[in-house]
Amino acid sequence: METNLITEDKQKNKLEKAFEILKTMASKPSGLIGLSIVLFHVVLALLSPYIAPYDYKAISPNTMLLAPSAEHWFGTDSLGRDVFTRTILGGRTALTVTFFGSLIALLWGGLLGIFCGLVGGKIDDVVMRVVDAFLSIPWILAMLLIVSLLGTSTEVLIPALGFFYGKGIVRVARAATHDVIAKDFIVSARARGHSNMSIIWNEIIPNVRDAILVEGAMRWSWMLLGFSSLSFLGFGVSPPTPDWGLMISNARGLMSFAYWSVIAPIVGLSSLIIGINLTADAFAKALGIDRSTKAPV
Amino acid sequence: MNEIIESVKNLSIGFNSQKGKQISILRNVSTNIKKGETVGIVGESGSGKSTLALAMMGYIKQGLFPLKGECLFKSKDLLKMSSRQLEKIRGRKIAMIPQNAGQALTPNLKIGYQIDEALKLHTDLNKTERDKKISELLNKVRLPSPETMAFRYPHELSGGQQQRVAVAMALAGKPDLLLLDEPTTGLDVTTQAHVLELLRFIAKDTGTSMIYVSHDLGAIAQVSDRIVVMYAGEIVLEGPARKILKEPIHPYTYGLLKSIPKLSLAGLPASMPGSQPQPGSINEGCSFYDRCNLATDNCKKNSPDLEHIKELDTNVRCFNYKELINQNNNLQTSITKKSNNSEANEVLKLKDVSISYAKQKFFDQLLNKISDQNPTVKDINIDIKKGETIALVGESGSGKSTILKSIAGLLKTKDGQIKFENDRILSSDLKMRNPNDLRAIQLIFQNPDESLNPNHTVEQILSQPLKLYFNLSGEELKKNIIDLLKKVRLGEFYMSRYPRQLSGGEKQRVAVARAFAAKPDIILCDEVTSALDVSVQAAVLNLLQQLKEDLGTTYVFVSHDLAVVRAISDRVAVLYQGRLCEIGPSQNVYKFPSHPYTEVLLGAVLEPDPDIKPKLVAEDIVEEKPPEKGCSFQGRCPRKIGDICNSEIPPWQIGENGNAIRCHINIEELASLQQ
Repeated sequence: METNLITEDKQKNKLEKAFEILKTMASKPSGLIGLSIVLFHVVLALLSPYIAPYDYKAISPNTMLLAPSAEHWFGTDSLGRDVFTRTILGGRTALTVTFFGSLIALLWGGLLGIFCGLVGGKIDDVVMRVVDAFLSIPWILAMLLIVSLLGTSTEVLIPALGFFYGKGIVRVARAATHDVIAKDFIVSARARGHSNMSIIWNEIIPNVRDAILVEGAMRWSWMLLGFSSLSFLGFGVSPPTPDWGLMISNARGLMSFAYWSVIAPIVGLSSLIIGINLTADAFAKALGIDRSTKAPV
Repeated sequence: MNEIIESVKNLSIGFNSQKGKQISILRNVSTNIKKGETVGIVGESGSGKSTLALAMMGYIKQGLFPLKGECLFKSKDLLKMSSRQLEKIRGRKIAMIPQNAGQALTPNLKIGYQIDEALKLHTDLNKTERDKKISELLNKVRLPSPETMAFRYPHELSGGQQQRVAVAMALAGKPDLLLLDEPTTGLDVTTQAHVLELLRFIAKDTGTSMIYVSHDLGAIAQVSDRIVVMYAGEIVLEGPARKILKEPIHPYTYGLLKSIPKLSLAGLPASMPGSQPQPGSINEGCSFYDRCNLATDNCKKNSPDLEHIKELDTNVRCFNYKELINQNNNLQTSITKKSNNSEANEVLKLKDVSISYAKQKFFDQLLNKISDQNPTVKDINIDIKKGETIALVGESGSGKSTILKSIAGLLKTKDGQIKFENDRILSSDLKMRNPNDLRAIQLIFQNPDESLNPNHTVEQILSQPLKLYFNLSGEELKKNIIDLLKKVRLGEFYMSRYPRQLSGGEKQRVAVARAFAAKPDIILCDEVTSALDVSVQAAVLNLLQQLKEDLGTTYVFVSHDLAVVRAISDRVAVLYQGRLCEIGPSQNVYKFPSHPYTEVLLGAVLEPDPDIKPKLVAEDIVEEKPPEKGCSFQGRCPRKIGDICNSEIPPWQIGENGNAIRCHINIEELASLQQ
């Protein structure tokens, strides 16, 4: 009788596993910083309507372009609105739109990539060439076209961003599937007569999930930048909704004498992007997908 | 001759676990390498043999560090040297020959250039002297036509030739010590025998000391003067090769030698229970306590020291070794005879099966046919009886796995039919087969690390076929899984384990259980034991035999290992280049007369006995494609009789004891030639 030899690696349920991964992520300083930044932004986005000191759309000619003070911590903008209020509220749309956008990107990109990787052959060839063709279109132009045709509501922005950022995920998912597909357990499932769907669901997804999730997390930060660029160009959220890209765009011309109204949204945007990037890196390391492999000697 | 070249003293190497505990992989290892001596380090995977060998050239893998002790090469400690100092020793004083020369040679540089690089680095010769030296070295490792060989690329050479080039490169610096880490493990049996013979010659010729690391006692027996047996990071037995192999006085070595299938004996070898403990799991007592049948209470509490026995010139780590000396241990006995329960009716028939890997041309694709005049596998006719174990044997490239894949429906056949039960033709396309036929034929793969989904628990793995074929769920599913686990001698608590938490043998048991979950009629075994350690291999073979006797399953067993095949099979089919050479009941195939290729294969089998030397006949030549006409073995055949072998396909001849041989030489003549 072979006896149980492994004692360190005990059984864990899914929740415990997720907690374990979080703990591993937080064990390194970079991961801890990234996680704290993201957490800070998420909490702020949730609480901001309740803690915002002013109405974000309250225009007042008396308070135009005031420097930071005890009353207006980050000063006011050219229409007299409180920059602090608008900054803490400005992350809300960006976060929601890009979060759901990445989710959509992950879903369609991941599934299509896995499917192409599994079936291969002609279907794979055709789909991948179409994806390549899309990759060659400057996304911002295409986005502008879509937005000007269908409007700038979040219902349009989320799927449009999700579509454009999913293309890269297709390639990653397909490559990850190719790594797995040559393994004998897939051959074994095929020989047993499982359907393609069953093989994708049971055998492939558990093995490529990590790689795709990490890719998705990276895409999230890119999408955030993309979304803010759209807003900056005036094709994102429509005024007076507070948004970082829009705020930067509005205050751009006044930068030389009212720097405060542009610095606050820039700090908000860049800190969130850095935070997501650090978190994604730590996430990848915690899952054992380490891209910095060293030479053996 | 008794000058000590390298001496390892009380060496312990370990790593820090995730919980910060210090875990040692090598524990208190001491040994000496004398000048001109070949020392074989043998042990199963995880015994620390490679760690020891690498430490002997001052290299410690990342994550590991020396805990105590020293490695003295010519009385200087290698482990304390800077990398600059080590550079001067490695290659010049200590050279290494890697396991896989095909990967160790740079693919886009010519052989001569690569040897020249080594010469430039380690000697002060000028260009003309180096050129002379290169052909000298290539001559020494007995490569054919050394002048042209220097201008070839590694991929133009066979595996054995690549390994010879690696030996030549290692010899370039005239090292005092050669380190060989499983140098023949990836090679075919015949090639392996040739390389070992070369190594033995070089050791004698140059007086170089060698450290030969291997899990294969057969290979170790051929080259070593002295053998060091490792178990769980410790030396358990050390002494002269003949003594260790003939009269092992440590229970582990004894069990290991007994669990190796031997050509001279039909039937299954005795298996050793359990598996090697994980590093760090032993706190007190002997590390072999769990698996030892001589163990006493003393062994549980105290760990034995390495004891020197003067009259045998042997070091042994066991309290009760005297029992083994007194036992007059006979390694040849204690083999379980297997019963042959094959029935008369055939369950699977291969009729004129040909398989081609050639890419379909556009026109053929339209017509859905393959036009390849010289397919990889051709004209295979085998009838498989219900309940028998038929083995397909051959070296790599013989098409044995290809045939298996075709039976499973994973590879389309070019011509011929695969008939299952009552002459019903099975479609060669997996998708066209009905689910019941898919259920009836199951596969077990070579490497359980690859064949089990790493993200599934054992329960999920076993539930897949049960759900698919029998629509089981809930309590019934669970009950069936537990039954299956019991059948392969694993407990219920394995259900929640992941493959990474299991040892190699346990993983393969799970794979066996998954195959049996489908209640199959035929199980296709693709080299199922070649990734396993020797002691575990015997246990898996015994399990397969037991299950077959209980359930009446038919096995198609593919292996390159003739001794393993001898142990488990009822009938053997020998393949060369995708063509059948010989087929018959296994006791007859292993007796003469046999096909010249079978003869070559049998001659090259390495037995763990220094007195049985392999017979080397066939040269090792690269044969990428089977010959277009004539006998498939014409290129390497030592008994080739002339043009007829090149032009005509030899006829089948039936010997008096029922084995069929495909050869132009008359069977009686063959018998007298092989006497």
